Amino acid sequence: MSVNVNLPTVLRSHAGGAKTVATEGTTVGEVLRSLEQEHPGLAGQVINGDGTLHKFVNVYLNDDDVRYLSGQDTPVAATDELSILPAVAGGAFADRAHQLR
Amino acid sequence: MLTLPKPVHDRMVAHCLTGLPDEACGLLAGDLETGEAATCYPTRNLAASAKLYTVDPKEHLRADRDAEANGHSMIGVFHSHTHTEAYPSPADVAQAPDPGWHYVLVSLRDIEPVVRSYRIVDGSITEEPVRVQPR
Repeated sequence: MSVNVNLPTVLRSHAGGAKTVATEGTTVGEVLRSLEQEHPGLAGQVINGDGTLHKFVNVYLNDDDVRYLSGQDTPVAATDELSILPAVAGGAFADRAHQLR
Repeated sequence: MLTLPKPVHDRMVAHCLTGLPDEACGLLAGDLETGEAATCYPTRNLAASAKLYTVDPKEHLRADRDAEANGHSMIGVFHSHTHTEAYPSPADVAQAPDPGWHYVLVSLRDIEPVVRSYRIVDGSITEEPVRVQPR
């Protein structure tokens, strides 16, 4: 079964510039693994060596963060859409530490 | 170079001022090739802190869909530094998610907000010019 996966700008180079790729799988984990087979290097940016989701990446099944569903065991249907987005964070807090040094 | 149409620039700075005393943040969509921003998406700072920011991931998802529906891509992120200069902190560099993005800092340290933009590639920071395009 084929599911559409929306890629963030940072990962599109791994998929020939495509914004969306159709990928096989019946769970989020299966989709990510077949994504890696079809586009080597792509899923490595999303899942760690031990198979867990990378801390600074959010994966959505339609509108829901898969961490709040069943993670990579979350079932997907052909009508579903997976979206991968980077976590965007930072801040000035380290500036002060830097100034104190 | 980053080009900000004046309404995009003004909306971004206004969101940063409204967020005080906390840091404020948001996303910029437009054309990755030319570095022209078309839309500013102010987002909630989930960290609700004067020293940290986290773009609300749900708002990021909504903004991303809206941008793509309008033929744009996400091209960068902006956030405010409330008491320091408009220069990326080590935390900003460590967590920069995309080497193709523009990283915009809005410093609110002085009376007049200061807007500066950077590219962050493999941990190295390069400032780029910001052009505010009048309408």
